[in-house]
Amino acid sequence: MLLDGWGEEGQRKLENAHVAVVGAGGLGCPIDLYLAAAGVGKLTIIDADVVEETNLNRQVLHWSSDIGKPKVQSAVEKLTKFNSQVKFVPIHGRLTEETVDEWLRDADVIVDALDNFPTRLILNRYAVETRKPLVHGAIYGWEGRATTILPFETACLACIFEEGPPPGVFPVVGTTPGLIAMVQATEVLKLLLGVGQPLFNRYLIYDGLTMTFHTVKLRRRPNCPVCGKSN
Amino acid sequence: MAVKVRIPAPLQSLTGGAAEVEAQGRTVREVIEDLERKYHGIKARLCDDAGELRRFVNIYVNDQDIRFQQGLDTELKDNDEVSIIPAIAGGN
Repeated sequence: MLLDGWGEEGQRKLENAHVAVVGAGGLGCPIDLYLAAAGVGKLTIIDADVVEETNLNRQVLHWSSDIGKPKVQSAVEKLTKFNSQVKFVPIHGRLTEETVDEWLRDADVIVDALDNFPTRLILNRYAVETRKPLVHGAIYGWEGRATTILPFETACLACIFEEGPPPGVFPVVGTTPGLIAMVQATEVLKLLLGVGQPLFNRYLIYDGLTMTFHTVKLRRRPNCPVCGKSN
Repeated sequence: MAVKVRIPAPLQSLTGGAAEVEAQGRTVREVIEDLERKYHGIKARLCDDAGELRRFVNIYVNDQDIRFQQGLDTELKDNDEVSIIPAIAGGN
């Protein structure tokens, strides 16, 4: 790869890396695909759901012939054909306080490709406790968000939001998770290669309707219950 | 003060689909009152019964979080950009 900071040494860093992508849906599918394409050595893919017809407009590793299959199985079948050099670890199950350490202990970078806030908070707490970088993405309709969390250096998810949104069904425009997934995959590659300026303490907001991106500055909250001074 | 307010996707149904609107106010609190006059129902989505910002909603003036300034009493200048940023959870 003829790019500063990549080259053979960079490619070796990717080969030696283990990335855990939590969620194999609209965000997770494109992230998995591009990390496999880049040659990340090991990808753990976690999801509890099975493929449904309504997923097919955006969850691009799941095809109509996969309906009813666990998403992690559907994803890994395609990914293995795509790049058999990558070691894929599919985990069909729901990430909880009880399972998080066993499933993510060996990961170098964690990717939040989830669809609900309570599980995001479990992931955030675990990333902070273990000081693993966490690449966050979220979407609603035409709007997407992303930030990269480096525990105790940058704001964590609980610094940003003191509470999750009320439960509900979120509308999805298929391309929104695709675009945010590319931001997240780019952030993972930068972290692994040690190049560029990740979205540290910056919250990226994408609006597909106006086709604008803007960022706001994030700060750690001294009284954050997860990474604040008392922790 | 006339400011520009960015409306997040979950609240755009209240602004007739507009992602950006104009509002008046010397503080963020006054801007919310002005938004409520124009887009009835928006205040209840942003603030609790006591009139304080809901805990899953953040507001930024230009790119700075008002929690690290004077909260809803943060003062505004003409042409400031106010961004309303609630937590969103989708990703699937």
